[in-house]
Amino acid sequence: MTVAIDSAPPRRSHATLIIGTVILAVMLLVALVPGLVAPYDPLRFDYHGTLAPPSLAHLFGTDMYGRDMLSRTLWATRVDLQIAIFSTLAPVIIGSLIGMLIGYYGGIADVVFNRLVDVVVTFPFLVLVIGIVAVLGPGLINLYIAIGLVDWVFFARLARAEILVQCRLDYAHAARGLGYGPARILFRHLLPNAIGPIITYWMTDMALAILLGSSLGYLGLGAQPPLAEWGTLIADGKNFMATAWWITVFPGLAIVIAGFGFSLAGDGVADLLRARE
Amino acid sequence: MGYGRFVLRRLLQSVPTFALITVLVFLLVRLLPGDPASAMLGDRATDATVARINAALGTDQPIALQFLRFLGRLLQGDFGQSQVLHMPVTELIGERMPVTLLLSAYAMVMAIVIAVPLAFLMALHRGRMLDTVLRGMFQLGLSMPTFYLGLLFLTVLGAHLRLFPVGGLGRGPVDMLYHLFLPALTLGFSLAAVIARSLRAAILEVLEADYVDFARAKGLPERLVLGRHVLRNALISTVTLFGINLGQLIGGAVITETIFSLPGVGRLLIDAVFGRDYPVIEGLTMVFAVLVSFIFIATDLFQAWLDPRVHQ
Repeated sequence: MTVAIDSAPPRRSHATLIIGTVILAVMLLVALVPGLVAPYDPLRFDYHGTLAPPSLAHLFGTDMYGRDMLSRTLWATRVDLQIAIFSTLAPVIIGSLIGMLIGYYGGIADVVFNRLVDVVVTFPFLVLVIGIVAVLGPGLINLYIAIGLVDWVFFARLARAEILVQCRLDYAHAARGLGYGPARILFRHLLPNAIGPIITYWMTDMALAILLGSSLGYLGLGAQPPLAEWGTLIADGKNFMATAWWITVFPGLAIVIAGFGFSLAGDGVADLLRARE
Repeated sequence: MGYGRFVLRRLLQSVPTFALITVLVFLLVRLLPGDPASAMLGDRATDATVARINAALGTDQPIALQFLRFLGRLLQGDFGQSQVLHMPVTELIGERMPVTLLLSAYAMVMAIVIAVPLAFLMALHRGRMLDTVLRGMFQLGLSMPTFYLGLLFLTVLGAHLRLFPVGGLGRGPVDMLYHLFLPALTLGFSLAAVIARSLRAAILEVLEADYVDFARAKGLPERLVLGRHVLRNALISTVTLFGINLGQLIGGAVITETIFSLPGVGRLLIDAVFGRDYPVIEGLTMVFAVLVSFIFIATDLFQAWLDPRVHQ
């Protein structure tokens, strides 16, 4: 929800990348097979054990229906990683493609696109996504669509800028001089050199998507109950924060850790690419 | 080019932006699948009621005609009637807007008050313990969603320690600032993190500059070197970033107002979404975008004022 300029020195690249990747790999594993790591059924009610504090039987405690919070937090990983991936995958591919074409061909498309960017950035991202979800209706699929409808613009802007820079370099002139077609130049020559910042931004963007998705979940516009999602878990526990802190603290930590994972991995990739230059 | 002409040119540049904002907001409700009338009525939808609502909203007309009407009403400052609260949208927004503006301005001031001194501290202690701890704190602030941060402040500082009230606006200016302290802190924290990180990097860069050595060499007290030379130059690159994020901050007001039950436009938007109150959603989306455009203009003008090279 905020745009940050990173100031990390390029030295720590490997530690950053490794820690970030490990966090993301563990999360991905949990997301793929939550049933194997979660000790209980995340949806099973237990009226004899409601609002139980963390114990050996329930490491993260239980919620107001006696559901095991550890299992719910683990199962929610699947939903939140889905939000991170599904809502950004189409924008990163389609947006980058459009941006590359606009950067390469320029002309009227470039003028129109720049106007569009000027306008899209004037809408606070959250407000625009809420506006679109309001029209489409709440739910995860509509959340992906809403984010996608806006998000591609940012990837297109980035890809366009990268292609514009790469186009002026000698190797691009050389490729053109050799008589290669636009498709070959774009995908074989320019894309590999332009893709670094796109991947780095994608990492940041997935973290933003989780923040956005959990915020909408919290508001009741994202994942719908009984599906466990970190934002909806926090919404469930918000009335018990003073008496049963565990319901909100663990999903909150999960969001923070996911954000850390993506941002470390993104910084690591950026440092790696900078070192390569 | 003089500053006056720069201002004029920047203002003219924003005219097409405003026009496109209008088109986009208009299309938002009309082009996306989903029919406002049936959505608003839900189970009560019959052919007759849907037709009646469509007639009331004007959504039964051809799209070009709808746009002309929309534009005509807009020029008179008319966003239509709220379908839930049965009052003009303009009036509703006008009523709720001051709360959001006050909250955002408060959060902005809070972000600056937190970020600027801490950025100096981090830069001057570069690589040492204090720097690492503060950077960790700000990284945490960026990874934490606003709603969670707000809930934490509300529970710990509000309900548990009873340092601050947990909702409402209070009476009188001082009491209001006291009541809005936690919401403003919540809203401003991620902006503070962004500014502090960027300013820290900028200060480190400026400290290397020759004119800083010169200012020190001529015997200027360190306080003046930092305040007059380093801060002003380090701010230039941060101002743009500040502007961009200020726009997002206003979006964050939606969440902060919901958590702290404040009667601002952000809360109004959420209520409108749940009430399927399309005229209100439309009006608010538009107002948010126009507000952010003005922030962008102000940012550009301020940056040009700080750094005359921008407009020369």
